[in-house]
Amino acid sequence: MSQSRDRIFATLRKGLPAGADDAARRAAVAERIGQHPRNLMPKRAQLPHAEQVALFTAKAEALTVTVDSVASEQDVPGKIADYLARHNLPSHLRVSPDPLLQNLPWHERPLLQVDYGPGRSQDLVSVTPAFAGIAETGTLMLHSASNTPTTLHFVPDHHLVVMYESQITGTLEEAFQRLRDKLGSVENWPRTVNLVTGPSRTADIEGVPVLGAHGPRRLHIVLISDGPASQQS
Amino acid sequence: MSMTITAQDFEANASKALRDPNLRKAMDIIGGAMASRRVDAASALPEFEALRDEGVKIKNHVLAHIDLYLEKFEEQLTKRGGRLHWCRTPREARETILALCRSRNAKTVTKGKSMVTEEIGLNGFLEQHGIQPVETDLGEYIIQLAHEPPSHIIGPALHKTREQIAQLFEDHHPDYELPNAPGVKAGPRSTDPQTLVTEARAVLRDRYFQADVGITGANFLIAETGATVIVTNEGNGDLTQSLPKMHIVVSSIEKVIPNLEDLSTILRILARSATGQEMSVYTTLSCGPKRPEDPDGPEEFHVVLLDNGRSEMLGTALQPLLRCIRCGACMNNCPVYHSVGGHAYGWVYPGPIGAALDPHMIGLETARHLPNASTFCGKCEEVCPMRIPLPSIMRWWREQAHERKIGPALPRWGVEAWAFAAKHPWLYRLSTRIAVAALNMMSKGKGRFAKLPLASGWTNGRDLPAPQSAETFMAQYKKRKH
Repeated sequence: MSQSRDRIFATLRKGLPAGADDAARRAAVAERIGQHPRNLMPKRAQLPHAEQVALFTAKAEALTVTVDSVASEQDVPGKIADYLARHNLPSHLRVSPDPLLQNLPWHERPLLQVDYGPGRSQDLVSVTPAFAGIAETGTLMLHSASNTPTTLHFVPDHHLVVMYESQITGTLEEAFQRLRDKLGSVENWPRTVNLVTGPSRTADIEGVPVLGAHGPRRLHIVLISDGPASQQS
Repeated sequence: MSMTITAQDFEANASKALRDPNLRKAMDIIGGAMASRRVDAASALPEFEALRDEGVKIKNHVLAHIDLYLEKFEEQLTKRGGRLHWCRTPREARETILALCRSRNAKTVTKGKSMVTEEIGLNGFLEQHGIQPVETDLGEYIIQLAHEPPSHIIGPALHKTREQIAQLFEDHHPDYELPNAPGVKAGPRSTDPQTLVTEARAVLRDRYFQADVGITGANFLIAETGATVIVTNEGNGDLTQSLPKMHIVVSSIEKVIPNLEDLSTILRILARSATGQEMSVYTTLSCGPKRPEDPDGPEEFHVVLLDNGRSEMLGTALQPLLRCIRCGACMNNCPVYHSVGGHAYGWVYPGPIGAALDPHMIGLETARHLPNASTFCGKCEEVCPMRIPLPSIMRWWREQAHERKIGPALPRWGVEAWAFAAKHPWLYRLSTRIAVAALNMMSKGKGRFAKLPLASGWTNGRDLPAPQSAETFMAQYKKRKH
């Protein structure tokens, strides 16, 4: 296999312009990876934070995502119970073992059965946090970690996301930069980063868009208002 | 052992396709829709054209540094606990994947959509060795049931009508029970797409959990983090890669890009060009196996990276093809593709990108018809997010075929005779004068020919217009000038 590697690289190098300056090429690559300069970003999402939140909500809703805005963590279990009732769903929730979600006042809704862990085939409804929301396209950024199993994003029929307004950014680039800042180093990069834009869909039969192909049929976001990130401790 | 090639029979394939009523119906339905969704999405983003230029710049930069970015990708992937397998040929890639599956005693392999696995003929090979591949992308699942190759790179079953799909489901899961009425069999099946999607979802659900290995493709490889990226709408690729113990990514070397900013830029043009969405539903970056503290994810992560002639394209007239991000816009906007469908092209990549790429990958002798399967309307280049000069590359292949004397001699002699005459004006005028007068006389004033010797290729399908005057254009022009 290393023989194949050598031959592939030899052919590639033969195809490069003759006399290519290798030191300069290496420097260019190191700089692009190290500095990761931003390319052109659409103006659409370069807005004050409150307008980014509004854009995020509008973009998500256009994709059939439902968004509940709440004033504080205290209101979350009630909104989730309402969601289950609205869709005639059983009261069982499979939840990410994440501090935000573990500390919600679930006991105020005693009929809700809450348990924590990765997604299983029998789970109908999952509740997870998100890492960021991207206003430009109404996209969620989620990533794998000890307290955020990836399978909860894909296995259940209904994916419910609890997040703060301060997690909403304008562009994809800003969200990636926040992830870099949080991780500190690429060495800590998670196994997966999921960008989720609306519920699962397909257009594989005669090009007709249909929701609920293999992933969640519905995506619901409970947005806790807390102002822009700059005002958070 | 790769996918059966029928590109050499393009002419026969195309005539057959033109007479296939189901194909006509399917192509008419998707015809305008795919192209107009792209137009709507592009015009809703003022920066769209500028973003295409940015995309071209990124890919050109990558191609000038591709060896170094691939090294960097390998280094980062390895640090995250993944393994990279370099494969020059389809055979090497198949053997590598088989060995990996055997190391897990795999019986069932779920698969996300991957054109590179079509390129290497993976499914047939795994079946021959006792491993059952299960396609999970709805379109791929449908054509797997039908034992057909994909006809479109992002909508593999777009050549099928809903009635044909309902019949396939009836043939393959007649015992399927309606989700809201256990014990009630589904037949006779509804042809409603929503109902058919629900059935496929239910049938494939258990397969994800039973699979020993999950195989996906990759749209991008990010050098900065060592991650592979898939872009999907259904979520099947994510179930495929997060439930089994082993995740194998099968991709090719030109998919490497520098960093997350470059990914962000290219994503903005990819979905808009492909389906007219602003963003596909699921874009997933994956690198390495589950971390020790992770509650789910695969225990092993392998990337099988195929060359298959791509490295030889660098520094040649074909280099711009390495910018392709496989969005399918060129086929969605191609009049020839819309007339004959994807199967007529006879290999993995149909449409204009196939007409430009396939002669390199399966040989010009075999694929010589494909660069001719074009009206040269230029629409493919106009919509290509990476601005690949597809018509120029097809023209380049035509020149190659002429120079290398590939294909029948008669058209070549014809072209050479014409070229000789065109370079000698007196000869050209003399011969056109004779030809115009003769044709005008032979048409007996009808103005058209239903049949004409040596022109059956034209007249079998329609009448050939006859010269409307006994004099050539030049003769008439000279007369009127005075």
